[in-house]
Amino acid sequence: LAGSVPVAEDPGRRRRVHGMLKLYYGLNEEGKAPEQPESLDPCDINGPHFDPELYLNKLRRECSLTELMDQETCMVRQIRSLDSDMQTLVYENYNKFISATDTIRKMKNDFKKMEDEMDCLSANMAAITEFSARISGTLQDQHAQITKLSGVHTLLRKLQFLFELPARLNKCLELQAYAQAVNTHRRARCVLQQYSHLPSFKGIQDDCHAIMDKLAQELRQKFRDGGSSAKDLSECVELLLQLDEPAEELCDKFLSHARSRLDSLPSPASNTDILEFIDRGCNEFVSSLCLVITSYQELFINHAQKGELASKNIPQMANGKLHVFVDDLAARYFMLVERRIQEEKGVGDNSLLVRALDRFHRRLQAVAKLLPGSAVPNKGTEIVIRAATERVKQYLSALQSFYMDSLTDVRQALATPRLSVAGTSVAGPLLSSLSASILNQIKSVLASVHLFTAKDITFSNKPYFKGEFCSQGVRESLVVSFIKFVCQSSRQFCETAGDKGGSTPPALLLLLSRLCLDYETSTISYILTLTDEQFLVQHHSPVTPVTTLCAEAREAAQKLLNHYVKVQGLIISQMLRKSVETRDWVNTIEPRNVRAVMKRVVEDTTSIDVQVGLLYEEGVRKAHSSDSSKRTFSVYSSSRQQARYAASYTPSAPMDTNLLSNIHKLFSERIDIFSSVEFNKVSVMTGIIKISLKTFLECVRLRTFGRYGLQQIQVDCHYLQMYLWRFVSDENLVHFLLDEIVGSAAHRCLDPAPMEQSVIEVICERG
Amino acid sequence: MEDDAPVIYGLEFQARALTAQTAETDAVRFLVGTQSLKFDNQIHIIDFDDENNIINKNVLLHQAGEIWHIGASPADKAVLTTCYNKSESHCFLLSVAPFAASLCSSFFSSDSRVVSCAAVWRMPSDWETGSHESPDESAHNPQTLELLCHLDDSTHGNAACVLWEPMGDGKRVISLADNHALLWDLQESSTQATVSSTATLEGKGQLKFTSGKWSPHHNCSQLATANDTAIRGWDLRTMSQIYCIENAHGQLVRDLDFNPNRQYYLASCGDDCKVKFWDVRSVQEPVKTLEEHSHWVWSVRYNHSHDQLVLTASSDSRLILSNMVSISSEPFGHLVDDEELSEGEELHQEDKGKEPLKDSVVSTYEEHEDSVYAAEWSSADPWLFASLSYDGRLVINRVPRALKYRILL
Repeated sequence: LAGSVPVAEDPGRRRRVHGMLKLYYGLNEEGKAPEQPESLDPCDINGPHFDPELYLNKLRRECSLTELMDQETCMVRQIRSLDSDMQTLVYENYNKFISATDTIRKMKNDFKKMEDEMDCLSANMAAITEFSARISGTLQDQHAQITKLSGVHTLLRKLQFLFELPARLNKCLELQAYAQAVNTHRRARCVLQQYSHLPSFKGIQDDCHAIMDKLAQELRQKFRDGGSSAKDLSECVELLLQLDEPAEELCDKFLSHARSRLDSLPSPASNTDILEFIDRGCNEFVSSLCLVITSYQELFINHAQKGELASKNIPQMANGKLHVFVDDLAARYFMLVERRIQEEKGVGDNSLLVRALDRFHRRLQAVAKLLPGSAVPNKGTEIVIRAATERVKQYLSALQSFYMDSLTDVRQALATPRLSVAGTSVAGPLLSSLSASILNQIKSVLASVHLFTAKDITFSNKPYFKGEFCSQGVRESLVVSFIKFVCQSSRQFCETAGDKGGSTPPALLLLLSRLCLDYETSTISYILTLTDEQFLVQHHSPVTPVTTLCAEAREAAQKLLNHYVKVQGLIISQMLRKSVETRDWVNTIEPRNVRAVMKRVVEDTTSIDVQVGLLYEEGVRKAHSSDSSKRTFSVYSSSRQQARYAASYTPSAPMDTNLLSNIHKLFSERIDIFSSVEFNKVSVMTGIIKISLKTFLECVRLRTFGRYGLQQIQVDCHYLQMYLWRFVSDENLVHFLLDEIVGSAAHRCLDPAPMEQSVIEVICERG
Repeated sequence: MEDDAPVIYGLEFQARALTAQTAETDAVRFLVGTQSLKFDNQIHIIDFDDENNIINKNVLLHQAGEIWHIGASPADKAVLTTCYNKSESHCFLLSVAPFAASLCSSFFSSDSRVVSCAAVWRMPSDWETGSHESPDESAHNPQTLELLCHLDDSTHGNAACVLWEPMGDGKRVISLADNHALLWDLQESSTQATVSSTATLEGKGQLKFTSGKWSPHHNCSQLATANDTAIRGWDLRTMSQIYCIENAHGQLVRDLDFNPNRQYYLASCGDDCKVKFWDVRSVQEPVKTLEEHSHWVWSVRYNHSHDQLVLTASSDSRLILSNMVSISSEPFGHLVDDEELSEGEELHQEDKGKEPLKDSVVSTYEEHEDSVYAAEWSSADPWLFASLSYDGRLVINRVPRALKYRILL
């Protein structure tokens, strides 16, 4: 048992050795956490706190003999394998140590050899340095001599250049290589100036001056002739400037040259179209102008700023002159353009004008870029704006004349087919075609005007075209003005026709009234919404609201309809009046028929009813039974009417007449004859019938009747009663007025003997 | 300021004819002629007591026929003219025999005829006293008008109206009959009338004067007449036409009146519901047009003193008083005297501030329930007027006090 103790200790020691090696080689045991919780169990054979005594006691206590035996054999086996492992490790380490010792010995030998070779190299280098110093010392003198010689050479070259200068300049002059001459002279000038106290140099300088004067002369001549191209000219100016010519004079001359050249540009013939005109203007005038500006700026401003001239304030002076020049020329150009634009009157194709204006404006932007601070582009924009507003005005007048033309067409259409039976039935389609064509026209005009604000047009993003043009120009002066014009012209139909006896056909009045009403209900808001959408109007300034226009349209519609009622009423009134005035009512024969004029009245009323029905809705009327004419007629004849007759020819009571009729009037409402009507058929018809019957009444009151005269009136009124009730909103109105008529006729009758009701009915039913 | 309520007087008969008693300048007095085919027609003399708001009436019989037009002499309170319709049939023939000879009838039918005549009448001298003593009695037994003379000429047609020479001595009248204007001289206390000159309207168709007015200007030498839609001016010295306003109204012209203060200004009204004001020197366009009525306008009258006040009567049963400042003889209101001016600038400024009066409808009177055919200003009180509707209702109204003081002060 004692032998088992070292065996038990062994694995722990081995582990420790193993761990230290691993630490040395920087390795970690793979797969196992390095800090495994170390068991505190003294019975763990691998734990650090292993107590062999305890372990043995435990084994002895717990295990059977066979188990102990097994345990022992197992332990012996483990100890053996551990021993062999340890032997192998010791051997390996020993081998490695031996080989390391060998290597170190070999390295020691090699270093010794290298040290010897380095010593040899340093000796050689010292020898080389010595040689090189000796050589440079020998060559020193020769080098100085060569430098001196080359200096003399260049000086001689320069002198030669100076001596040859006059000849060279002359040659240049001959060859007209002015630039070269000036260049050459400039190079020599300073030197000559410096050595001018030496006579030989003085001579050369004088010669040069003479030649240069001549050259300057020639340049000036060339400049003055002006026949040369702009490029030549600018070259000329450049050279002259270099020759110290006064810049101001040159500026003036240059500009006057440019002006004469620009002036000589042919003005395009007036019969060319606007786009071509502007095109030519741009290509010829504006581009030349730009060229002039560029070269001028190049010469007098940019150039001068670099050189010594800058000090003399030349750029400012030159710039001032340029502005005056450009403004002046541009003003003349603009005048031409504006005159041409004003000639552009046809409203057919707007795109040409817009494109022309766009090009015009675009080209002026080039000027703006070249010449910042110039008024030219602004003026150009103003021209564009003026042209646009002018255009809007033209469109308005075109729209107006279109409207009047279409009215004339409608009037003709109304007048011509009147002969045929279908005459009245064209009103509906006429109205729709009229309003559609007007709407189309407005749309096309809007589309044309819209070109002004298209994205690809340069001036469309100017604040004017974004704001004022849309709101004031298009919306107010075009669309709103047109709508107002429509309303106004409609109203005029009412006013002029009133006195001249109805020069406007009533059907047209009716149609226009419906048109205005349609405008009020939908068209106006549609048009304005369309405009606002197309032009994205931002209302900076107050604009006419839709409601105002609608109110105006409604007012016009009302006025037209009222006038229609009046005109139609008067036509029927006229018939009735003539029929009452021209007859001798005292000595008339016993009535056998309804008078033809009454039939005519009913016919006309029916046809008016049809006419109005085509354009206006039915409207509401007071309820009445299906057999209205019969029923009300009996009331009308039996009670009130009889009572009044009775009263009127009872000699004893003259007061009763008035009393009865006054009492009756107390209970009926006052009737306004020429009052406003509503927008429906029934109201219109009521208006017309009211006017007609009131006329009838007033005429009857001016006449005196015989017995048969009264009876004829009775028959006529009954006939009207039979047919007119269906047209009006409140049939009592017809009853009341017809009652009044018969009552008045009875009053005005010398021999009031009313006809039997049954007889009247028979006569009326017979037709 | 409350305005006094209108005073209403009812006649038993229907009536169209109304006039102020022109020669009477102290009492507010109107004459009304009735229209009745079955009873004796009457002339009602309406006296209005302004202080007590009471109406006194007297009735005179006008047995000749129903009265269509009445005119009072400017010189003699008791003298008046009427135009009346005379209907004749077999049963009436005997009783009206004395008149038949002088009638200007154009009907010669077998059984009956209606003719329009004109005559000058004198009221009985004691009508006033009689009524005061026993008003009840006078109502039952009214006195009869005394016929002075007939203004009829068998060669001329039916009389439409008779016009007295304005501000004259009651010796000259004009009667309009069909298409003739007859100038009569009244002699021997108006008992004899002779035609001194005539003018005839020539033209196509049956032309007929509907109404007329004798101009008070130019020494009373001008007359304006209306026929159909035209207004014509006549020079009475030569009896020739001096101007003509064709199509003055869209429809028939019903009445005319001259501005009493502006000699070239004329008002007209007609069946087109309009009242128009004309300057007869340029007749292309009316100076002003009013369109307030909703039916035919039958009568238009300038106030005799303040010509901005215009009265119009219409068959829409309304009477409208308009204030036409802009075309009146006092377009800037009452002119301020120089003395008043010096009193203080401030006062003047104030006056100027409220000065620009606009043409406007002053008031619409709706007391009538039937067509109003006539309206007249009182000859005695310039702030009072009467209107007559067909049902025999006479209404006396005043100009609203606010306006009255505005005009006066």
